[in-house]
Amino acid sequence: MSSRTEILAKIKNNQPEFRPLPSEDLIFSGSGGDYTDRDNIQENTETFRTVLTNIGGAVIELHNLAEVGAYISAHYGEGQRIISTLAGLSSLCSPGWENDDPHDLENVALAVIGAHFGVAENAALWITEELMQQRVVPFICQQLAVVLHKNKILATMHHAYDQIGDAPYGFGAFIAGPSKTADIEQSLVLGAHGPKGMTVFLLTEEER
Amino acid sequence: MNTGTKDHARRSETFNQDEARVNWHDETLWFVRAKRDKASHSIPEWEGLRGMASWIKDNVLSDLHRYLLQFEENAIQNGIQVHWAADAEEHNRIVHQILNEKGIDRIVKSKSMLTEECHLNEYLQGKGIEVVDTDLGERIVQLAKEPPSHIVLPCIHKKKEEIGKLFHEHLGTPEGMADPAFLTAAARAHLREKFVTRKAAITGVNFAVAETGEFVVCTNEGNADMGAHLADVHIVCMGIEKIVPLRRHLAVFLRLLARSATGQPITTYSSHFKKPRPGQTMHIVLVDNGRTTQLGRPDFRNSLKCIRCGACMNTCPVYRRSGGHSYHTAIAGPIGSILAPNLDMKKYADLPFASTLCGSCSNVCPVKINIHEQLYKWRQVIVQEGYSARAKTAAMKAMSFTLSNPSVYQFAGKAGRTVLKYVPFAVNNQLNLWYKHREMPEAPEQSFREWYAQNNKT
Repeated sequence: MSSRTEILAKIKNNQPEFRPLPSEDLIFSGSGGDYTDRDNIQENTETFRTVLTNIGGAVIELHNLAEVGAYISAHYGEGQRIISTLAGLSSLCSPGWENDDPHDLENVALAVIGAHFGVAENAALWITEELMQQRVVPFICQQLAVVLHKNKILATMHHAYDQIGDAPYGFGAFIAGPSKTADIEQSLVLGAHGPKGMTVFLLTEEER
Repeated sequence: MNTGTKDHARRSETFNQDEARVNWHDETLWFVRAKRDKASHSIPEWEGLRGMASWIKDNVLSDLHRYLLQFEENAIQNGIQVHWAADAEEHNRIVHQILNEKGIDRIVKSKSMLTEECHLNEYLQGKGIEVVDTDLGERIVQLAKEPPSHIVLPCIHKKKEEIGKLFHEHLGTPEGMADPAFLTAAARAHLREKFVTRKAAITGVNFAVAETGEFVVCTNEGNADMGAHLADVHIVCMGIEKIVPLRRHLAVFLRLLARSATGQPITTYSSHFKKPRPGQTMHIVLVDNGRTTQLGRPDFRNSLKCIRCGACMNTCPVYRRSGGHSYHTAIAGPIGSILAPNLDMKKYADLPFASTLCGSCSNVCPVKINIHEQLYKWRQVIVQEGYSARAKTAAMKAMSFTLSNPSVYQFAGKAGRTVLKYVPFAVNNQLNLWYKHREMPEAPEQSFREWYAQNNKT
């Protein structure tokens, strides 16, 4: 008998009497997902900013993508490799990196990418593969910047999965702040393996 | 104890020899526990969330057969190869075979308690395969040739000076350097070289979604992602209890996990792997290793709800003062003391007794496992099966005899009072286990029964 057959037979024999799932509505309301006062964009943005700052990230509010480009140009010099998945920032980066072997991204100083939305309660940004171009991008860069429109911040993780629905991604990640560790005597150090810093550019101007 | 190995109490004695260090260990973990409290108190619906998580897991355990088949079908459809392992040995063999077929002899691994449970590293090393643990804490204990002492904070028992010494020996950092930021930067450089040169990566799983065939891996360091996205082969080791039915259920568990573990609102990375990236092969090894047996034990099956946050350890007065290594099993602390006897009741007979049964573990558990009740139940099973410590069994039997015979009880009480009064040194010595860390009480002149008889006369 294969292990698969054996394991499944044991489970069938040993699992307890069927217990139904709580209803979707109950999970959403019972876990606090339906707080109507949490739909306030202003409030969500403020919570997001506070939480991201607390976990070692930074929020910078700008009007539009052109301002993001200018900000980055002012802060990054010659010789620092910048890559971006955003068409509006292509002038900042050397083209063609999308087809590089992922290992060759090891020397990226700054990666600038987009996100589908942010979550206020934990400052996580939902980013799927197509926004990364290469899966390793938001992890291998020394600094990560994410551009997001200000009105795309949801209240809780329940709202987040509501939004994600049955989206057919191959890989997606919630990313909240820079890579970090406190494994040495509980001293927090930013930049364990991934980015040492994470900046979220919140755009305030309506998208055209 | 009749286990042949040193039991929890004996190991704790060793750990307790350095009192200052025990206090430091205790306080460090209490600090983490306090952060958990603060995080949970900031969520008004916290108790509702715990209830939902426990309820969802009740459903998972009752319908695990169907969910695993559904997960397997979806994962295969997503291009992932699925393997089934009945025990640790088979799990290790499957992992080795995958590597062997690709001719890979150097790999990176992110944190997976399952691979600790299966002793995968030792197995692969025996086959000539080099395994580099990439979680900083795990790398530190790996360099020290020790197992992790905590499932979330693997080297919580180590002082930064000791880590500095290890890094000086293995990574060439300056002698005497113990600054956490400096040491972390050194490890970053050391491990980046491994990430970009290794062809295979092993990760664990935090949650696997039956509905979609995807699995979620949570880290703060980003080491699971660095390994997986750079490797040609991604091997995923997963216990069969990691299933959640629907993708949206992840909301409940991701809200609870990091807040319970470290007091963070969420881990830095919650990565949802659904398909291998183009050109990559992805394998999932589904492991039983005693889980189906635990599923069949009505008193203990709830332990399979565990999401490995470590909150029960941080709050446990015994864990904090005895250290993870005293538990001599991959998963220490209260939850580990329920899981381990399922695998080997004789070897781990001591662990359910390593508790005050204060119940704090059950109160912080994000999926509401009745941990302390299960510890109490294991004690009964272990005594009935004859695996308890001989001295404890004899003492229990003597007590049972005494308490069920009134005349014997009266005599024993009198004898006890006499001994305490006239020959206190007979009990105030190291042979009396009860005397350790305790003063014996002053003996009263008479028992309550004698007092009552006397006062009723007048």
